[in-house]
Parts: sequence; structure tokens; C-alpha cells
Amino acid sequence: MPLRERTIRTPALVLRHREIGEADRLLVLYTEQLGKIHAIAKGVRKLKSRKAGHLEPFTHSTLQLAKGRDLMIITQAETLNAFLPLRENLAGVGHASYVIELIDRFTYENEENPRIFHLAIRTLERLQRAKDPLLVLRFYELRLLDLLGFRPELQQCGLCQAEIKAQDQYFSAERGGVLCPNCGRSTPGARPISMEALRYLRHLQRSNFQQASVARPRPEIHTEMEILMQHYLTYLLERNLNTPSFIRKIRHLDTTDHVPPAIEND
Amino acid sequence: MQLPEPVQKLIDAFSRLPGIGPKTASRLAFYLLRTTDDTAPALAEALQALKANTSLCRVCFNITLSDREICEICDDPRRDRSVICVVEEPLDVFALERTGGYSGLYHVLHGVLSPIEGIGVDDLRIQELLDRLKENVTEIILATNPSMEGDATAMYLGRRLAGSKVRVTRLARGLPVGGDLEYADQNTLKRALDGRQTLERG
Repeated sequence: MPLRERTIRTPALVLRHREIGEADRLLVLYTEQLGKIHAIAKGVRKLKSRKAGHLEPFTHSTLQLAKGRDLMIITQAETLNAFLPLRENLAGVGHASYVIELIDRFTYENEENPRIFHLAIRTLERLQRAKDPLLVLRFYELRLLDLLGFRPELQQCGLCQAEIKAQDQYFSAERGGVLCPNCGRSTPGARPISMEALRYLRHLQRSNFQQASVARPRPEIHTEMEILMQHYLTYLLERNLNTPSFIRKIRHLDTTDHVPPAIEND
Repeated sequence: MQLPEPVQKLIDAFSRLPGIGPKTASRLAFYLLRTTDDTAPALAEALQALKANTSLCRVCFNITLSDREICEICDDPRRDRSVICVVEEPLDVFALERTGGYSGLYHVLHGVLSPIEGIGVDDLRIQELLDRLKENVTEIILATNPSMEGDATAMYLGRRLAGSKVRVTRLARGLPVGGDLEYADQNTLKRALDGRQTLERG
């Protein structure tokens, strides 16, 4: 959306920040009205800044933005939801960071998509009270892919178009979905996917969150879905994501002090 | 027309610094070109000495002179060796020293965990901190910044130190001196409430 007015007021989600100048920060925001934008927050590294607390990563705030010479300048900020419960433990920080990272990596500047904005906010809200945060993340990935136009095909074989039957299958990131065992075996790069994992992914893809959240996958199936989704996302982005390795390290902190080797993602 | 090479080279060098754009870079370069006093030679000398004469303390990783293995603070017999204050950057050490209210030792992490930017445990001096616990330490003060990344780092260290006998504390947070309640964010206000203190009746 081209910006005609000099100032605009919009709800926004803070994605990332970088320090510039004496006490300023350059923020990457996902706004409801303008999509992803860069904006300067002046003086926010000073302790007495009235804006600083409202501009931390994964804070949902209402912002007043003014058109600067090159960049937008944040003139006012007020928190709508700081998602405090997520900030109180490392797993929460990891999961919220993952939500943020996907948006940041998959979107381009100045292309607004309010549905992506609302999906992210709802996902953070769901993570706050989720019994199974991994299910919330998988649901989020599938919805985000829908909105971005990368919806994986999970109903029929990506090569021979045959209806997928109730048995173990293959998944090809290159083909954008499942392949039947016949086609899968002969396709380079296709990886096996168990019937159970596929069933849950299909369930998540075609249900609303309320229906989706009744699913209770076993831990092995959770791991399988996580690896598969991250494989697909990494393929689409053509580079590795940062947060999954953080989340894995935190997970293993509970059981041991040693950090496990990262799971290969390609 | 192109600028003479020495001038252009200095402008290019300045523009690589954080916060300095091409315009500021050329202004600085031309200022130095014009000055007749010792500004330029002094700057050149200071720049060369910066890397040549400094190193990191082997114990706390604060910046120190290159002829020292350990920094002045770690070397000072009057400092309390049972307390270690963990900070993000060397500048934080100087900020805390200015208060004059702390007499323990420090540990500089040289960064914070940032899941989104991909800065992980191995990028910081965390293992070096854990190794220092063998030396009769009774308290670790986590003084990382009160930000998402600083908090995540503190939480991580808290978890890693959970099994040890040391007392782990975090700097208090709340309303800044001269602040205004109505502008405070949820996070700060909640922590200020949680950390409220009994008023001394004078």
C-alpha cells in the first residue's frame, strides 16, 4: 500500500532489531497495514526511554509512525500484548522466536498481508496457553504456507496424481508434497514419511485450530513432523533457519548438560 | 572527477564504521585534511595502538593492556573473589565500576544469545564462565541487559548453574529514576510490582 499521509497509526509485531547510532535501534516490524517495514526507534537504548519496553522482539504494539527521509520513524508505541508468559521461560522464547523468524524470512518489504499479521498474533496467543506448543507451531507453519502460496499437496501424489492411500509414503520438497511409494522410490531427494505423521499433517492442514488442537501425536511422530516441515521450509528458503537449533539445545538442557549434535536439515 | 586516492581511501575507511554514512565520512576526511594541529597524527597513533596494545583478560575476558595476562580487576587482591558479575560487553564493566558499589569480579560474555540472529551458546564465553566456578565462587550476579536477548541469556545461565551450589542472582528491574508510571510497559511495571520493597519508616 503506498503511503500518502505523513504519519500512520498501525498495529505491529516487532520482528528484529539492530543497534545504530548513539542510542537508536533499527527495527524490522510486521505491520498490519504496511506489511514488513524497517523503522527507526530513536533513543530507545536509554534507560528512560518511554518506547523501549514497547518495542522488544515479539511484542504486539500499536505504533505511530512518521515518514522520515529514508525510513519510517517510530514516534509513539504502546503495548497491546507483550506475551509475558512466553518470555518467562527459554522454551517460550525459542518458540516465539521461531514464529518471528519464519515471517521475517518468508516476507518481503512493503507487501501487506493482514492475514499473515493476524496469524502470527493468534499463534503467539495460542503458544502462551498451549499444552502442546509443537502442535501450535506445526499448525502455524501449514497456515503460513497456505497464505504464502506454498501449501504442500498432501492428498494426492505429486507425480502420478494417484489418491494417497493409508500407508507409508514419500515427501518431496521439490515436488511440493507427498509422492506415492511407487513414484517416491524413484525420485531423488524424496524422503519417507510415515502414515501416522502424514495423517496428522493432513488433519492440521484441513482443520480449524480448535479441531486441530485435539490431536495428540506421540513424541516420535512430533519429531518426524518437525524434521519434515523444517526440511520443506529450508528448501523453500534455500537456507537454514536459526531458531530450530536453539530450540533443540533448550530441549536437551532438561535431560543433560551436553548439547547434542544438530539434526541435519537437508 | 575523482578524489585523490589518499582522501578517497580515508573516506572509504570511515564509511565502514557503524553509524557513519558517506556524507559524514567525507566531512571527517576533509576536516582531517585541513587541520594543521596534531589531530590527524594523534588519531593515527591512537588507532594503531588500539589493536596492538590491548588484549582480553585470560580470566574474565574484559579488555586489558596487551602486556598483562589478567586485567587489573582480576589482579587486585582487595576484590572479593567469591562473587562474579556476568555482563554482555566490556563497556558494561565500566558502567558498573562507575557506581563504586561493587567489589567482586566480572565475567564478560561478549554478546548475548539471540535465537533469531543465530547467536548460540558456543558464540559466547559461557563455557569459560562455568570453568571459573571451581574457584570457590559463592554468588553469580547475572547483569545482562533487561531485554529479550539479555533475559534469555540469563535464563540459560540460570539453568546451566541450577545443579551447582552457587547462589545465582539477577539485577533487579523496575522503574527508572525520574520515570513516569503511565508510560511504563507491561513487562517493566509487572516486575516493579513483583519486586516491590517495604518502605523503611523513618
